[in-house]
Amino acid sequence: MADERGASAAVFLAFLSGAAMGAVAALLLAPQAGSESRDRLRGYARRAEHDLRDLAGRAGEVFEDVVDQGKEFVETKQSVLREAFDAGREAMRRERGRTSDEGPDRTTFGLSANSQTCPVCLGLPGSLPVINRTAVEMAVRAGLALNCTIAANNRFARKNYFYPDLPKGYQISQYESPICEHGWIEVCDSSGGTTRIRIRRAHLEEDAGKNIHETGTSGSRVDLNRAGTPLLEIVTEPDMHSADEVVAYLKGLREILMYLDVCDGNMEEGSFRCEPNLSLRPSGQKEFGTKVELKNINSFKYVKDAVEYEIKRQTKVLTEGGKIRQETRLWNIERGETAVMRSKEEAHDYRYFPDPDLVPLKLDEEWIEGFRACQPELPAVRTRRFVSDYGLPDYDATILTASKGMADYFEACAERFPQPKVVSNWVMGELMRELNNSGTDIAVSPVTPERLVSLLQLVDRGVISLKVAREIFPELYSGGKVPEQIVDEKGLTQVSDEGALDQIITEVLNKNPAQVAQFKEGKQQVLGFLVGQVMKTSGGKANPGKVNELLRKKLG
Amino acid sequence: MSLHKLTLCELQKQFQAGEVTATEIVRAYFLRIGYVEPKVKAFVTHAKESAFMEAEVLDRKLKGWRKTKPLTGMPLAIKDNICTDGVSTTCSSRMLQSFVPPYDATVIAKLRAQEYILLGKTNLDEFAMGSSTENSAFGPSRNPWNLHCVPGGSSGGSAAAVAAEECVAALGSDTGGSIRQPAAFCGVVGLKPTYGRVSRYGLVAFASSLDQIGPIARNVSDAAFLLQAIAGHDPMDSTSVDRPVPDYMKALQKRDLKTVKVGVPVEFFAEGLDPDVEQSVRAAIGELKQLGAEIKEIRLPRTDAAVAVYYVIATAEASSNLARFDGVKFGFRAKETKDLLDLYMKTRQEGFGPEVKRRIMLGTYVLSAGYYDAYYGKAQAVRTLVCQDFDAAFKEVDLIVTPATPTPLIGRAFEEETILRAAHAYEQSTKWHLKKPTIR
Repeated sequence: MADERGASAAVFLAFLSGAAMGAVAALLLAPQAGSESRDRLRGYARRAEHDLRDLAGRAGEVFEDVVDQGKEFVETKQSVLREAFDAGREAMRRERGRTSDEGPDRTTFGLSANSQTCPVCLGLPGSLPVINRTAVEMAVRAGLALNCTIAANNRFARKNYFYPDLPKGYQISQYESPICEHGWIEVCDSSGGTTRIRIRRAHLEEDAGKNIHETGTSGSRVDLNRAGTPLLEIVTEPDMHSADEVVAYLKGLREILMYLDVCDGNMEEGSFRCEPNLSLRPSGQKEFGTKVELKNINSFKYVKDAVEYEIKRQTKVLTEGGKIRQETRLWNIERGETAVMRSKEEAHDYRYFPDPDLVPLKLDEEWIEGFRACQPELPAVRTRRFVSDYGLPDYDATILTASKGMADYFEACAERFPQPKVVSNWVMGELMRELNNSGTDIAVSPVTPERLVSLLQLVDRGVISLKVAREIFPELYSGGKVPEQIVDEKGLTQVSDEGALDQIITEVLNKNPAQVAQFKEGKQQVLGFLVGQVMKTSGGKANPGKVNELLRKKLG
Repeated sequence: MSLHKLTLCELQKQFQAGEVTATEIVRAYFLRIGYVEPKVKAFVTHAKESAFMEAEVLDRKLKGWRKTKPLTGMPLAIKDNICTDGVSTTCSSRMLQSFVPPYDATVIAKLRAQEYILLGKTNLDEFAMGSSTENSAFGPSRNPWNLHCVPGGSSGGSAAAVAAEECVAALGSDTGGSIRQPAAFCGVVGLKPTYGRVSRYGLVAFASSLDQIGPIARNVSDAAFLLQAIAGHDPMDSTSVDRPVPDYMKALQKRDLKTVKVGVPVEFFAEGLDPDVEQSVRAAIGELKQLGAEIKEIRLPRTDAAVAVYYVIATAEASSNLARFDGVKFGFRAKETKDLLDLYMKTRQEGFGPEVKRRIMLGTYVLSAGYYDAYYGKAQAVRTLVCQDFDAAFKEVDLIVTPATPTPLIGRAFEEETILRAAHAYEQSTKWHLKKPTIR
């Protein structure tokens, strides 16, 4: 019974695979196909949709059937599967930087198609590649930060396959000896502790271009602007056990790479990409199950959604007695589900061989050590230092070091204004609010560390009250003026002059005889009320300390 | 005397002295081309219009202030697999029939900087795959010495053009004999420089680890003169080597071969060697001895394996290098294709000739999963052994003489000057180079 069900599920998947591949092939026929291919494409899509619905119906039936026949069996197996899932994942990030200083701008997103190319990245006949020194440096720095061994001897290989976005018909990559191996990073787990994710390898390769399939135009187009841009592909060991851990790892990795300034971390624009590989196994089993690779995921939210969806899907297939096929599945954002892109049987023979155009790359030990010696401080270390050096609470330290920009900003302020907790409150409070509201990166904050410090000094010297400082912050943020100027223009300087304050205090005391009487009877709390009244009358400009002092004197 | 009869060095001297103008040179050559080209068919593309224009500009410029470079005004032909900005570069393939490169190969940029004049692009076996120039999509070239014979290949067009005096000298490319063999067939001088001596940037790749651009000329001095202009490191080709280029012309001044040790590999004088060939090679060796060279018997025991190694490695690299000709970005695209796969298949079916397809298939096979180690991996290992043979031999001798068509004279890596010096001394004492074909 179970076998039969497995078989039917397998048959279905094969069919779905056929339909999806048909759709892809038709899309690619782009350059010459006209309306005819579009019609055919619509046909494919309709067929795929129909098949999907049909399958969904059938799968539902099968599932109910199992539940009816042996509820206990299903429950047991499901719980077993839930705790026993492994996610191996692969994250890629695009190197920042261009192939050469004078060359085209290869990494800015969204420039007009094929406007940033050259004979080499177009793979024109006769053109030859050369190794990008900056890319190698970045890979070494990233590898060191990920605790990897750096390979002294590097060889680049050609990975051969045909695809319209691949100009040379092969991709230059590393095969047998990746530049970085055997590393790890620590990330926060759900229980608040840390867990170690091992890095299997990280290798340098070149990016391909992009195929663009626009609706309403005839055929597909190829944009080769990013072809030949260096990529570092980072592959982990299967050390993650939930979607949350995958996201935690990715965020940790992204933070490190951004700290190193080797990647801008932008997932939507494809500077930082991720292709999770996922398999399930019953608890207690040592061997991993068959893995499935997920593609087309361009945000942390989709990472989580896609991984969770895939866990559910595989759990269901396995509980129904089916088998997981080794395949690549595409995450469909609209549908919130994954669909087969290609299966292992359709896998290419990439015919890897050493690229004869690139000489073996030998990395000098001293050169590598030079980078190790000047590694920037990484987020985790910096968080600890913020607690020990500035005496900040863990919470503040964690938030401030979550991005390099914010941590740098904080330190720039703390250096000039040695009250770290006060700086922390302002950065995390007023400043972040304004930055978030206007969607501005802290690196280009209109309130520079110098200006924030000026403001804090005005408060510290008693020139303005804390309240006034908070009130004028939005203007400081948007106005482009220095704090002193705003305070002057608005006449917000605190009144500390005894003569001026005396007048206001007398006025307030005359207006509130009842409270004065209460104070004299010994009700100390009333003083607060009276101070408040004086502040209010002065338009917030009175120096509260001075008011307090004068009031006490007057009230005897 | 007609200008086309002069060697590069002679023409250069006359031009530098202001005795002839660039326009006169170009006119003389296109007259000659008009006369013999219908018989020889050395060219794929003539650059007549641009050549006259360049010559005119040069002449006008030189009227004012006579400041020239070594190759100023020299009319050269270029093998049609070397990219020339704005001039079609077909590789004698249907696949690139309409391809006009938007950039110059490094060697062309160097020649341009020296104000050479491009007469045209010469015929070759498609993508340099062949040794007769018969594998050209645009028909075969003929041997000027006998129009019923092939000029050799793959640089057959360049060698024939030089022999027929359709250009003063030419560039060819050599992967497995493609300069040396046609030069021998056409009775001219060809040199494959050491891999890494000349930039490959802009040479449409056949087998990247073997390809090399080199000169084809009427005599040894001309070849040395042209090599001087194109040799040197190029940051765009990481396989080009950054070491100083010697003064090749100066190396020719030594007229004797005293202190030069010449090796004669016994394996090359094996069964199957034509007695006529053996006799003339022995005579040549005698000549070298007369000039003062010390002749020594040497061994190259892995000679047998060399051709097999070559066919595995060259085709493997070619199968990958030619993958970019897929009908998507440049060159030929088949019409009426159903889908992407059909586009790829039809384009490559119709765009490539039979020899190219054979080599792509063979190369794809030797790199395939399950066969890689047995073929490509093994070939690479044996390649190292063959190299070791030569390394050992060159510890004992400075030059190797063989009766093999493509490589009568082999020198140490980056010691082209030794080959040129010996060849020059031999040439001066034998005068073979003064014989000219009668084209009819």
